[in-house]
Parts: sequence; structure tokens; C-alpha cells
Amino acid sequence: MPKLIPVPDSLSKPFWDAVNQRQLVLQHCAACDRLQYPPQQACQICNSAAGLTWKEVAGRGHIATYIVIEDGRLNRRMPDQPYNLAMVTLDADPRVNFYSNLPGTPPYKVPVGAAVGVTFEEVAPGQLIHEWRVVA
Amino acid sequence: MTAPDRYQWRRDKDGLGVWEHRGKVAVAGVGHSPVDRRWDEVSMDKTLGAYSILACQKAMDDAGVTPDQIDGVICCDSHIAGGSGGSASQWAPRPYFAPPYDSEWGLTLVNAEWLIAQMRLPNVKFAPTGVPTISEMVGMAAQAVGDGLCHTCLVIYPTGNLEGRYRRGGENADDYARGARQWTAPWGNHGGNDFINIFPHGQYCLKYGGKHDDLAPFVVNQHRNGLLTPWGYNATHKVPQLTIEDYVNSRYILNPLRLWDCDRPVNASAAYLFTTAERARDMRQPPVYVLNHSQHNFRKRTTQEDLDEIEDWTDRAAGRMYEGAGLGPSDVDVFNPYDGYAPMAQFFLEAFQWHGVKRGDAFAFYAGDIRVEGPHPFCSSGGNLGNGRTRTAMYTDSIEQLRGTAGARQVRVRAETALAAFTTPSSGGWIMFGKSPS
Repeated sequence: MPKLIPVPDSLSKPFWDAVNQRQLVLQHCAACDRLQYPPQQACQICNSAAGLTWKEVAGRGHIATYIVIEDGRLNRRMPDQPYNLAMVTLDADPRVNFYSNLPGTPPYKVPVGAAVGVTFEEVAPGQLIHEWRVVA
Repeated sequence: MTAPDRYQWRRDKDGLGVWEHRGKVAVAGVGHSPVDRRWDEVSMDKTLGAYSILACQKAMDDAGVTPDQIDGVICCDSHIAGGSGGSASQWAPRPYFAPPYDSEWGLTLVNAEWLIAQMRLPNVKFAPTGVPTISEMVGMAAQAVGDGLCHTCLVIYPTGNLEGRYRRGGENADDYARGARQWTAPWGNHGGNDFINIFPHGQYCLKYGGKHDDLAPFVVNQHRNGLLTPWGYNATHKVPQLTIEDYVNSRYILNPLRLWDCDRPVNASAAYLFTTAERARDMRQPPVYVLNHSQHNFRKRTTQEDLDEIEDWTDRAAGRMYEGAGLGPSDVDVFNPYDGYAPMAQFFLEAFQWHGVKRGDAFAFYAGDIRVEGPHPFCSSGGNLGNGRTRTAMYTDSIEQLRGTAGARQVRVRAETALAAFTTPSSGGWIMFGKSPS
């Protein structure tokens, strides 16, 4: 699958560096004790920047819902159509969600509510992205 | 000819109370250009600029005002296809034409400065730049007139479309995902209102029951109302009436989002004339008063908005609007929410509790009588699904319903107040119109 290649910036570099080490780290606000993803300059709840640290989280989640992209607009993904795009909630904090193409799950055969585990996929030499795979 | 620095015109907070200019501002004129699928790249009288001038002239004629009376111009200066437009949104690098079409201005872009020069408006003193979309423009105009920054203000919303597949260029043709897109595009989210709503819509079906194709009666009715709108794309191009069978057999875009859940990009322009209630009473048409305007820009907490957020945001938007207008759900006669993708209208319908519709009730409501002749004439405009992506049908229909000039679309129920919007659940704005100022 020729996925688009993320371009890390100063804010996201720690996240992508961890992904390239096959680790899932999210921002954590010490004051609110909440996880935050995607990363932001300050905590979305208390607006504190000082309290934000990176925290490794368990890569476990569940499929909340999904669509199948049949006629999307991204040139690079055209050859993949149709493909699943699921919304995955993180077990450690279901308010955090991720997108996933659910590698290993055929299009339209998505088990909504199923447990998933994080996996990592190379989209360019040296650049991984986080993906999610249904666990048995 | 600009707005005052840092002009605070938005009403985008909870608990602001009744709008201070309630009933003191009115819409006195409406004008639409023809609605074409695309500019044909030949007819200079059909460019986006020419159509914007035409729309302005029609709005001024409708109100009975002359160019020297215009002292405010609010024009959206961004082309509708945005940074992902590609060939469908920009004429360059092809050779330009003779003035005034010797640049993108007038072809794919229109702004206040270009319009003021072309239309020779000598007395404009309020012409802000960086203007947002139509939902905020009408709020800005209402506030500016109420605040006395101008007294006779044109609001122009051009929507352009050239040859080429819509939004298939620019960042959507890039192999890299930069900025906020690094969190979405690698997995296939190209960004847009379709993605904002389709996941919460899936959660909605799971939570309340029902299936995606329960939207069919709503979409079919939007097309019906569109065919009753003389200026709209469907009516002027004799688009056949969509049927339930057409809908359920149409191809998917973002399954379950179907082709007919999406609006049709067009090349068109519309203009509205806002003025003081006092001046409007001496103009050609009966005034349609502004009872409130409100905006919202809610920030999602993570990658994808979910149903809980969408319901919270739309509840808050409804609360802001009702509070500022001093009205409640039972006071709203005409209801024209945004429908640019079909699965978002239900969130607005239920949040505003129009005709008593509560959370989870929308699909049953759609299955009832929502025709303009019936007791629940939902989206009497036909919206964008029925008229093309002008994003203005909701406003024009609301104004015409209150004037009593909606023709075949005229609702048979009371028409003394109307709510209109171009907004997603996360960002945009609403405006409440009244037949009377109080």
C-alpha cells in the first residue's frame, strides 16, 4: 500500500522517532492526567505546556466504526481502493482515537467492536507509521 | 477600505445573551447568478467575476439601491476548492485574458477590491479582507451594520469550478503528509466535511438504530426542492428527479457515503444586501430582519470527531442561537441547515429540536412528510444537494419564505422566522431571520 509519508515537524518529531523505534508514545499532561493525540503545543484541557511529557502507552484498542474508501481524493492511495478506514479508540483512554486501514482485514469485513493491537508499517525507507491489526 | 483592526464581530461564545442589534438589521436584497457546472473557459460573461458582478447588480436591483449607496462590501476571497483544488481551482499557468481578467482575480478568485473597482462603487468604507465563508460573512455583515461601520452592505459568495476533477490536485496529489495532515492523510483521510461527519454518522446508526440508506427520503426531497428553485443547478439544467431507487443503487464514495449524499461543485455567485432595519423599510422589498447571528469553532480532542463531540457541539450551537435570538425550538418556522453531505443534517435537526425532533429521531422524521406542502417542510431550500454547491440556497430560501415569494417552494405552515446556516458541526455559523423585528 503506497501510503502518504508523514513529514515530522518540531512538535511531532518525538512521536515519529518513537514510532520508528516501534513504540507508541503520546503526550501526557501531568496536571490533568490525560493523554493527548495528535500532539499539541499545550494541554487541550488546562492549556499547560509545562506539564506535557511523552508517555509510552500500550498499543491496545477497539474498532469504533469504519468506512471503506472507494473514491477518495488522494492520488497516492488510488491503487489501494477500496480500502478500510477504521476509527480505533485507545483502551488506555477511549477519548483518544486513531485511524487505521486494518492490515489483514479485507475491505468491508470489519468486525466493529473487535480488539486491535498496534503494529508498525514502513511507508518510506526509515519511516514507519502506526497501524492497527485485529487480534484474535 | 478595510475593517477596523481586530474588529470583534463574532458571537462565538456561550451565554452572550440576546443580540444587541436584534431586529435592527435587515436583508433587503438577494441576487443570484446562473449556476453552471464549470466555467467553460471561453465565455467572459460567465466567469466567476462576471457572475459576482451580476449577482451584486441583482441584489441591488432587488433592494432598489444605487451603487453610490453601497458603503460596505464583504466578499469571500478564497476559491472554494482550497489548497487541494489543483486544476479545478486555478487558471494559472495558462495565459490570461484582457483586463479585467488578466490575473486569477475575476476568473477563479473574487475579492472586495476587485469588485469595487469593476462595479465603480465610490463610497465603500467597509471592505474587510481575509473574509471567511458565507456563514460567517452574513454574521459579519449583520454585526457591522448594527455597529454602524456601514449601513448598506453587499455580501458576495462566489463558488468556482473549472475543468478537472474537484480537489484532486495540490496537497491531495502530494506523496507527503505535512502539518495536520500527517495525522490523517497516510491512512486515507483527504480532509473535508465528508470525513468530519461520516464516522459519527456510523456511530449514530449503531447508537440509535437505523441504516445509512434511511437518508434516502431526505436526499430525494432535497432534489425535489431543488427542482422547485428556479435559479438552482438542478432546475436550470433539467436534472431528472432523483428517486429512492436511484439513491440506493448509486455508487459509494466513502462507503456508506453515496454519490447522492454529496453536493455537486458548481461555478456561481450570490449576493445579499444587508442594511439597517430603518433604511430597509424604504426599500423595494419587505425587510427580512436579522434576529441573531452566531458562530462556533469547536476543537476536536483527538484524530477524529466522534458522535459525543458532534452532539455536544451542535447542542451548544443551538443554545447560542436560541439565546441570542430570544427564541426557542417551537418558534422556528423555516429550518435550512447545511446539507453539503447528507449525513450531517440529522445532527443539526436534532440539536435544534426543530418540530420536536430529538436525538435519534431523524430517520423516522425523514420517513414522514417533509415536503414543502406538508406539515414539516424540512430544508425547504433544497440546500446544496438540490441546487449545487453554492452554499447559499439556505439563505435565499429563508429570505424568500419570509417574504412570501418562494413560489412553488412556499411552505404552507407559518413562515415568520427562519434559521439558515452553512456550517459543519465543528465550525461555521447560523443566522436567524424574522418577518418582523421583534
